[in-house]
Amino acid sequence: MKLSRYLRPVPIAAVGAAIAIGFAGPPVQAAPKQGGTLNFVVPDEPPSWDGHRETTFALIHPFAPFYSVLIKVNPDNPSSPTDFVCDLCTEMPTPADGGKTYTFKIKPGVKFHDGTPLTAHDIVASFRKIIFPPEGTTSARVAFFVMVDSVEAPDDHTVVFKLKYPSGAFIPALATPYNFIYSKAKLAEDIRWYEKNVMGSGPFKFVGREAGAYVRGERNKDYHVAGLPYLDGFEAIFSNKQAVRVQAIRGDRAAIEFRGFPPKSRDDLVAALGKDVTVQESDWNCVLLFTPNHRKKPFDDVRVRRALTLGVDRWGGSESLSRIAIVKAVGGVAFPGHPLAATKVELEQLPGYWPDINKSRAEAKRLLQEAGVPDLKFVLWNRAVDQPYTIVGTWLIDQWRQIGVTVEQKMEPTGPFYARLRSQDFDVTVDFNCQSVVNPLLDIGKFLSEDIGNESYGGYTDRDLDKIFEAMNRTSDTAEQRKLMRQFEKRVLDEQAHSFVTLWWNRIIPHRSYLKGWKVSPSHYLNQDLANVWLDK
Amino acid sequence: MTLAANLGTKVELADKPKLRSRLSAVGRFARRNPLGAAGGVVIIVMVLVAVLADFIAPYNPVANAFDRMHEPPGLENWLGTDQYGRDVFSRIVYGARTALLVGFASSFVGAAFGLVLGVASAYFGGKIDLIFQRILDIFMAFPLIILALAVIAIFGTGAQNVIIAITIPFIPRCARVVRSSALAIRELPYIDAARANGFSHARIILRHMIPNVMAPFLIMITAFVGQAILLEASLSYLGLGVQEPTPAWGLMLQGGAEEYAESAPWIAIFPGIAISLAVFGFSLFGDAVRDEFDPKLRSR
Repeated sequence: MKLSRYLRPVPIAAVGAAIAIGFAGPPVQAAPKQGGTLNFVVPDEPPSWDGHRETTFALIHPFAPFYSVLIKVNPDNPSSPTDFVCDLCTEMPTPADGGKTYTFKIKPGVKFHDGTPLTAHDIVASFRKIIFPPEGTTSARVAFFVMVDSVEAPDDHTVVFKLKYPSGAFIPALATPYNFIYSKAKLAEDIRWYEKNVMGSGPFKFVGREAGAYVRGERNKDYHVAGLPYLDGFEAIFSNKQAVRVQAIRGDRAAIEFRGFPPKSRDDLVAALGKDVTVQESDWNCVLLFTPNHRKKPFDDVRVRRALTLGVDRWGGSESLSRIAIVKAVGGVAFPGHPLAATKVELEQLPGYWPDINKSRAEAKRLLQEAGVPDLKFVLWNRAVDQPYTIVGTWLIDQWRQIGVTVEQKMEPTGPFYARLRSQDFDVTVDFNCQSVVNPLLDIGKFLSEDIGNESYGGYTDRDLDKIFEAMNRTSDTAEQRKLMRQFEKRVLDEQAHSFVTLWWNRIIPHRSYLKGWKVSPSHYLNQDLANVWLDK
Repeated sequence: MTLAANLGTKVELADKPKLRSRLSAVGRFARRNPLGAAGGVVIIVMVLVAVLADFIAPYNPVANAFDRMHEPPGLENWLGTDQYGRDVFSRIVYGARTALLVGFASSFVGAAFGLVLGVASAYFGGKIDLIFQRILDIFMAFPLIILALAVIAIFGTGAQNVIIAITIPFIPRCARVVRSSALAIRELPYIDAARANGFSHARIILRHMIPNVMAPFLIMITAFVGQAILLEASLSYLGLGVQEPTPAWGLMLQGGAEEYAESAPWIAIFPGIAISLAVFGFSLFGDAVRDEFDPKLRSR
């Protein structure tokens, strides 16, 4: 009977699925074990080592374990957008002065890895660099702290933040994992010292780095949390080939990749490793955008920019690309599913989201004709990372081909790619908005005018847009916030057509089952200091 | 009958014996070097496929068709489809254009520069030759792929930069071989006679020396084309060559081909075969050309 031949894979798949789904729930609590070295793979290398400047996982994954932060998401509940715990402070403060003053008491006895004490002054120096970056430095998170008026240290153990207005976005902004606490002395010596050096107070001490190969860390015996970290050390292994990273986990050369794999890789690993692999999945506060350079012709013409978004079939793309890439949800500027995000009906009113793609493409062609560029040609700059950059970039080119636009794709490694974004040396670029704590009120800071949103690369200034953002952040009325969010979204994606959302990401983390103490979150930036991670070997 | 038509007939009549003698020369070449002839056939087929790609390819090589993704080889898609649903056969057909463009452009340009530099170095001799040769030594100290990677790191990716990246390492290699032939020619009496007649250096090099080193030059070119195709494929495989969605054989081995190697092996197998065949063809043909030009080998 041939039927058995066809049924044979079913129980295997079922067992695999059971393992994947069943084991993906809350891990059974067991007593953590000390020791061992965690090997993990990282798909890319960071442009610099300064967390205040960078916005990439390539920085967070290998370097976050070397630093402490003021507050962080609860490592036991990293998916919550409101559950924060102290790292360097002693307790979460209660806001005073009508919500405009936050006073943090700092843990005594914390030391940097060179043995010097960490005080409130180091924290103030670090946050001043983030919030009010001095001339010649770049901070990627200035827009997160638009509500902050001042940050002071009245003594060695107290940090006081004074806000211009009460804002629910302030605490999530503080919990951003890039807010590494640096040594005030090192910053005074050279404000850019941390771009090429490491010296923090985190659970691991920097051992070494080989360009293109690895970053190594060893246990910080003087870590300010007793008993942590559990690991003796870690090795972050760089590999930009996804197939190599999957094989590294399969062959147990690495236990995990913290960023995420596409569905096919998950299925391959589950089929090959069975109970030795655990899968954790989550929605992902990360989205690929494409941004035209407003300073370059013909992209200074809003009709051309609108045509580019009208040519893209997001609904169809979601269905197809989710099978081969780490993207899935169709959404606007806010994290899909969040109360502030657009509903499907609201989205369908925006260009590029119309349910009738043929009508949309006809309108795109009309606009290009009207703008005098019916045979538009340009270069799409993209980041040389397979998932999902190459796939989404290639898909976009095919979408634009269908409205008569010819596009050449040029890929660059992370360093040169960021340099190009920052120098605005592009026609159109694949861009991204990946944030940590889900907080759409601040996450959309990406779209602000270039002099306010430090990650805004489109080369535009739109004061009306900035005003909507500020009004949204000043009000605590959710209904009003939602209304303003729709205005903001319409202005960015439709009226001014500044920058465009493609598809939101879907996070899939298959890892070796012996890795414990790490929980998936909606961001690949969160919960990465590895302090609570241990190996059940 | 018009004058033009008459002239045309005369030309045709005059060409017939030439054509016949060329065909018989090709026949002799094929009899003496059957493997080289096989290589030549591969090259001719490849060139025809590249030139006639628009007529041969059944599908647009860059058009996504997600409803047909990962289709195995069959009647509709002879060599299957990739992860974007693109027809693998059509991409291989168009990929021949990329391979030949990069292969021929980098080989001819690299070899031409090498030819001029090599002959000039031999002709002038003395300190100029010494300095030239030490510079060439520096370039030749690097393996081909390393030098190409360095050039790509400076200029960036893309077909044009790939051609530059492959051209540069070819220059010293050709120059070195050509120089050794030119050194012998420099000592011949007709070069002395040219000098005695007051001919310019450029005239002596271009009119009297270069034509006499064409044999090693042509051998180098045929060898370079195969190497260039392989290099282009290697760079594209590393993500440093031409970029998606351009059809290119090395690029087809990257990304999806690795990820789906087990479930959709045709994505990697057929471009791999195309690269092997092309390199094999140029290699066999190059060997045969070398044998043909080398009197010692030809007499065997």
